[in-house]
Amino acid sequence: MKQENITIALTGNPNSGKTTMFNNLTGTRQHVGNWPGVTVEKKVGTVVHNGYRLRVVDLPGTYSLTAYSIEEIVARRFLVDERPDVVVDIVDASNLERNLYLATQLIELGVKLILVLNMADVAQSRGHQIDAASLGKLLGVPVVFTVGSKNVGTKDLLDRVLEVVEDRATVSRHIHISYGHELEKEIKNIQDVIWQDSSIGERFSTRWLAVKLLENDTAVQDRVKSFATIGEQILAQAEASRERLTEFYQDDPEMILTDQRYGFISGALKEVLKVTAKSKIDLSRQVDLILTNRILGFPIFIFFIWAMFQVTFTLGAYPMEWIDAGVGWLGGLTASLMPPGLLRDLLVNGVIAGVGSVAIFLPNIMLLFFCIALFEDTGYLARAAFIMDRVMHLIGLHGKSFIPLLMGFGCNAPAIMAARTLESERDRILTILINPLMSCSARLPVYVLLAGTFFGASAGNVIFSIYGLGIALAIAMGKLFRVTLFRGETAPFVMELPPYRVPTLKSLLIHMWDRSKIFLRKMGGVILVGSVVIWVLGAFPRPSEFPRDYGVDKDAVSNTQAKEVTLGSLEQGDKSQELTAAHKGNVQAEASARLSQSYLGRLGQAIQPVFDPLGFDWRTSVAVVTGFVAKEIVVSTLGVLHAAGADANEESEALRRALRASGMTPLGAYTLMAFVLIYVPCLATVAVISRETNSWKWAAFSIAYSLALAWVVSFLIYHGGKLLGL
Amino acid sequence: MTPLSEFKEGERGVIAKVNGRGRFRKRLQEMGFIKGAEVLVEKYAPLRDPMELVLKGYHVSLRVEEAAQIMMEKLENR
Repeated sequence: MKQENITIALTGNPNSGKTTMFNNLTGTRQHVGNWPGVTVEKKVGTVVHNGYRLRVVDLPGTYSLTAYSIEEIVARRFLVDERPDVVVDIVDASNLERNLYLATQLIELGVKLILVLNMADVAQSRGHQIDAASLGKLLGVPVVFTVGSKNVGTKDLLDRVLEVVEDRATVSRHIHISYGHELEKEIKNIQDVIWQDSSIGERFSTRWLAVKLLENDTAVQDRVKSFATIGEQILAQAEASRERLTEFYQDDPEMILTDQRYGFISGALKEVLKVTAKSKIDLSRQVDLILTNRILGFPIFIFFIWAMFQVTFTLGAYPMEWIDAGVGWLGGLTASLMPPGLLRDLLVNGVIAGVGSVAIFLPNIMLLFFCIALFEDTGYLARAAFIMDRVMHLIGLHGKSFIPLLMGFGCNAPAIMAARTLESERDRILTILINPLMSCSARLPVYVLLAGTFFGASAGNVIFSIYGLGIALAIAMGKLFRVTLFRGETAPFVMELPPYRVPTLKSLLIHMWDRSKIFLRKMGGVILVGSVVIWVLGAFPRPSEFPRDYGVDKDAVSNTQAKEVTLGSLEQGDKSQELTAAHKGNVQAEASARLSQSYLGRLGQAIQPVFDPLGFDWRTSVAVVTGFVAKEIVVSTLGVLHAAGADANEESEALRRALRASGMTPLGAYTLMAFVLIYVPCLATVAVISRETNSWKWAAFSIAYSLALAWVVSFLIYHGGKLLGL
Repeated sequence: MTPLSEFKEGERGVIAKVNGRGRFRKRLQEMGFIKGAEVLVEKYAPLRDPMELVLKGYHVSLRVEEAAQIMMEKLENR
């Protein structure tokens, strides 16, 4: 290796094929993480070429480097502070004019740039002839043609990268985009002040600083303030220059600068771009006329969403069964190989059952992300947002929020991960926060049990009303958060509608696997710890410490049974059945007592006073606590505590009878259903929230607000209902 | 001058002025909504909002309320 630390930064507009180029360059040698402090994804990979080991950093796709959006801030900070050795700007060759805007900003930044004209085949088929040599000369950068989808030009690009690294690229030179007499005069005025401190020029392009100050760029202003010696002087000069220019142009200088950049681009394109034959039929446009058609648009959209649901949850159910069976088999095998005891209990009921409860979601996650990658890479996702934006805008959200929210009805964990498609961090966090109010499928067993027990024939309507309650609360909370936590200007809905494309299987699979890997690694860790903690709380103190020894009773039953058998009574069969039932009852009572005496049970009883105003007894309180792991556990906990057996499910008649006998009323049941709908998303969801927002604070906030909301809403339902005499 | 939001499907025009302030206006400019640029209204979404435009050879969507900030000189259909 000649040189170890060479960093290449990939930049480019969204939809320019940047991700595909990154995959072509680095293959599977890539690492996906987050940029520090933000939710923006950071991808780093390595490639070895001609004895060089190159580190490739995929910067977020941006249209500009203005530092308005979080992606732009991240990209610009990296370019300015980390100073990559080469910056590769991926450009959609069929859409040169807008794509080159970013290039003008990179040139201004003074980085070592290579321009990649990607999707060269599309440009050619549209009759665009690009004179790359002249374009390179005009911009002072090497220009490479590539076809990312067919992996054409990747080697050529790497050769050019090394030319630039070794300073062999003859075309590379530093050009200035001329902004005209008035602007140039003020740029010079600001530069004159900056040059008074020669150390600044060593770290930054002074021209770039001057231009950014004229653009009133707050991030650069803050940076300039830190130049202790002459920071104030520079800012004063910049302010004076801005005032003069505003006076002269009767408009903000940043607008004039943008106009000038586009002017420079269209001047360059006149020389290098020839559009020969206007394409006869634009296939993408024809497809779009159907997919976003006024009448057909919605039915087609609903069909695609339905299909995604089917694939994710119906098709996904088969591998889920296999995983479930595999986990069960592993648990059984472990149980049979190990002597009974605490360690076996921990492994089987804590570790295997706990991790198994997460692994089971993997097929859902993989299939869901395959579908989303398909929507995204074909260009349909932008159309879905286009169709739904009117509806979502009513609750202060972006059109793209629709898919994550809808997926929440299946499972909130992958749904929250799907919120990654939202570009604005504010929209993303808002969508994540209200997502758990979409009632996931794990909550359905609880509703079925309670509504089935107390509402009989109208159970269906009651459950439907709970789903409706969730949606209504999501809308209300969305609006509330929008006016409290996420105030301020909303970004305009300037969303590019990229041409429809046939995605490559490779990029779909990489996309899918990236997400699945994150889920497995991170969730596995958190869930593992969480389930062991819950197991410990539920298993201790050990049964021997119980006041009443059920073990003795068990022996007594067996002894009686044995005696009966030896007596050879005629009623032996009946008797033994009765006794088995008695035995079963005792085992159940034992399990019930064990759980109520455990730390978990004591916790439930200790916090019962908090739930008293909602009409919950101590058993319900315990169930609510265990439900934190996964909501369906509420049912099995109620089963254990009402001594109906731990294998009780929502259809169990014994549990239904026990619930009715426990004094729960239909109103109480409805209150509990509402509480289960709203309170604390399950452990997996909390872990995903903290991972996706890159902060434990949002996860903690989500727990706190949902608990408070659940309590208040349940209180209102319970006491409102009582007032109405229900 | 006519606001872009009053254009019908298939109508085209040239941008005369972008109103609004700060971030919003700058963002539109960066995406190519600059004075003199030609814009075609490709279609409206099924619920009549947002709208799809063709600008500088690419397709972009904009909410109707936002398009109302863009003042246009209408062009005759070719």
